Amino acid sequence: MTLFLQLLFSGLSLGFIYALIALGFVIIFKATEVVNFAHGAFLLAGAFVTAKLHDRLGFLPALLIGIAAAALVGLLVERLIIRRLRGAPVISLAIVTIGVNIVIITELTRRIGTNVYSLGDPWRDQTVKIGAVRIAESRVAAVVVALVLIAAFFAAFKYSNWGVAMRATAEDEEAASLMGIRLGRVTAVSWVVAGALAAVAGLFLTAFPSPGLDASAAPIALRAFPAAILGGLDSTGGALVGGLVIGVAESLVSGYENQLLFLGRGFGAVVPYVVMIIVLLVRPSGLFGTKELTRV
Amino acid sequence: MLAVNDLGVSYGGAVRALRGVSVAVDGGEVVAVLGSNGAGKSTLLRALSGTLRMHKGTVDSGGITFDGHSLLGRDPAAIVAAGLVQVPEGRRIFGRLTVEENLRAGGMGSRDKGAKAKARERVYEMFPLLAERRAGRAVLLSGGEQQMLAIGRALMAAPKLLLLDEPSLGLAPRVVTQIGEVIAEINRQGTAVLLVEQNAAMALAVATRAIVLEVGRVSLSGEAQELASTDEVRHLYLGTGAGEEDRVQDMAQSGVAAKHLTRWAG
Repeated sequence: MTLFLQLLFSGLSLGFIYALIALGFVIIFKATEVVNFAHGAFLLAGAFVTAKLHDRLGFLPALLIGIAAAALVGLLVERLIIRRLRGAPVISLAIVTIGVNIVIITELTRRIGTNVYSLGDPWRDQTVKIGAVRIAESRVAAVVVALVLIAAFFAAFKYSNWGVAMRATAEDEEAASLMGIRLGRVTAVSWVVAGALAAVAGLFLTAFPSPGLDASAAPIALRAFPAAILGGLDSTGGALVGGLVIGVAESLVSGYENQLLFLGRGFGAVVPYVVMIIVLLVRPSGLFGTKELTRV
Repeated sequence: MLAVNDLGVSYGGAVRALRGVSVAVDGGEVVAVLGSNGAGKSTLLRALSGTLRMHKGTVDSGGITFDGHSLLGRDPAAIVAAGLVQVPEGRRIFGRLTVEENLRAGGMGSRDKGAKAKARERVYEMFPLLAERRAGRAVLLSGGEQQMLAIGRALMAAPKLLLLDEPSLGLAPRVVTQIGEVIAEINRQGTAVLLVEQNAAMALAVATRAIVLEVGRVSLSGEAQELASTDEVRHLYLGTGAGEEDRVQDMAQSGVAAKHLTRWAG
C-alpha cells in the first residue's frame, strides 16, 4: 500500500510536469495549427541556460533568465519560420518543427557533452515524509508551482483579453481578424507562453530524483506529447488530464516493473504511448478533443 | 467617406473577380450592393477589409480611400481601427464563446474601456435578447439571433462605416424585416452602411443609393428608389414587374424553351 501511494504521488507530480509541457503544446496548436515537435528543444534550452547561469547569479535569477530564454526561442521560431510559412499545409509545418528540433537539440547536446548539470535548485535531494510516504521536496514544489501556473493559465485563458482573442482566433481566423484582433500578436504570445511553461517543466524534470540535466532530457519531453494528444490536441483541460494520466501510468508501471516482468524491463518509458494508442482507439479525437456541435 | 475607384481584383493571378468597380459611401448614407452569386460582392468587401490576402486575392488596379487615407495594403486590424468594420457573410460568430465574449472579441481593436462599455450598452439596448443570453454559448442562438450578435459584435468597434455581407442569408422573412429595421436604426444613430445583399427588396427599402454588380462590373447604379423601379432590377432581383406568368409567356413566345430543346436534341 505504501509503495502504491508512493508511486501514485510520484506519478501525479510527474503528471503535473507533463501537463505544463502539454499545455504549451496545445495552445500552440490552437493558435497556429502547428503540431510543435520542437517543444523538447524549448525545454532543453531553458534548462541549459539555467544550468549555466545559476553558479554566478543564484538559482532564482538564473531560472527566470532560463524561462525568458525558452520563451525567446519560441518567439523566434514563430517569427522567423512559422509566420513566413503561413498558409502552408499543417503537415509541412509539423515537419519544419521536427527540423528545428533537431538543429537546436544537436547544438545543445554538443555543448552539454557528457556532463550532468545541476540546475542549482534549492530542494536538492531532500525529502519530506507525509504519513508513510516519502516524497522528494522538488516534486512537492513541482506540484505547487504547476498548480499555480496552470490555474493562472486557465484564468488568463478564460478571462483575459488574450484568452478571448486566442479562443476567437482558434475558432475562426478570418472572422477574428475582421474584428480587429491582431493575429500576429495572439500567436506570438502563444509561442512565448508555451516556451516559458516548457522551461519550468524542464527545471522539475531535471531536478531530483532525476540525476540532473544531461543529453537525454529532450526525449523525456517527448513523453508529454501523448499527454496532449490523448487529452485532445485542442483542449487545454485535456492537456491537464492527459498529463496526469500519463504520469501516473508511467510511474505505476515502472514501480511495479518486477511484477510486470513479462512486459520486459523499461516498459515504463513505453507506457505513455500505449495509453495514448488505447485512448485513441476508443476516442479518435482524444478525451476532450472537439467534436463540432452546431445547431442546424 | 469611402471611395472605391476603378477597383480591379483577381484571385491567384488568374481569376478576375472585379473589373473597374467604383462606389462611394458618404457619411450618414446606406448604400446597397446587389448582385447574384459570383458577381463579386464578397470580393469587394474583402478588398475593403483587407482580408483578400487570406483568399490569395490581390488588388490589380484602382484604389480605396477611407476618410482620405488609402486602405490598400493595410492589415485588417488597422482598417477596423480606422472605423471600417465588416459583418461577414454567414455570420461567422464564435460559437464556442459566450455571447458576452463574442462582443468582447468585437471590441478587441480598441483599448478605450469607457467607449467599449458604452458600445456594449448600446448593443444590449438594441438587442435585449442578447443581454438575456449573455452567458450562453453563441452557437445555441437561433439563426436570426446569431445575425443580431454578428451585427452587435461589429458595433462594439464603434464603426463609422459598417459593412454588411448578406445579413438576410438563410433567415425567415419576418426576421429579414427585423434586420432591415435594425440597419435603418443603426444608420439613424449616425453610422454609414454598405449593405451587400441578394435580397434586393429589403436592401432597396433601407438604402438611399445602390449599385448592381454583374460578373465583376457595375451594371447599374443610382438612387435606390429609382433602381427599384427599373425593369431590370424588378425582373432579376425583385421578382415582380412583368409578373411571373407574363415572363413565362414571354419566354415561350420568344421561343427560348423550344430552342433549348432542339439544341440538346442535336
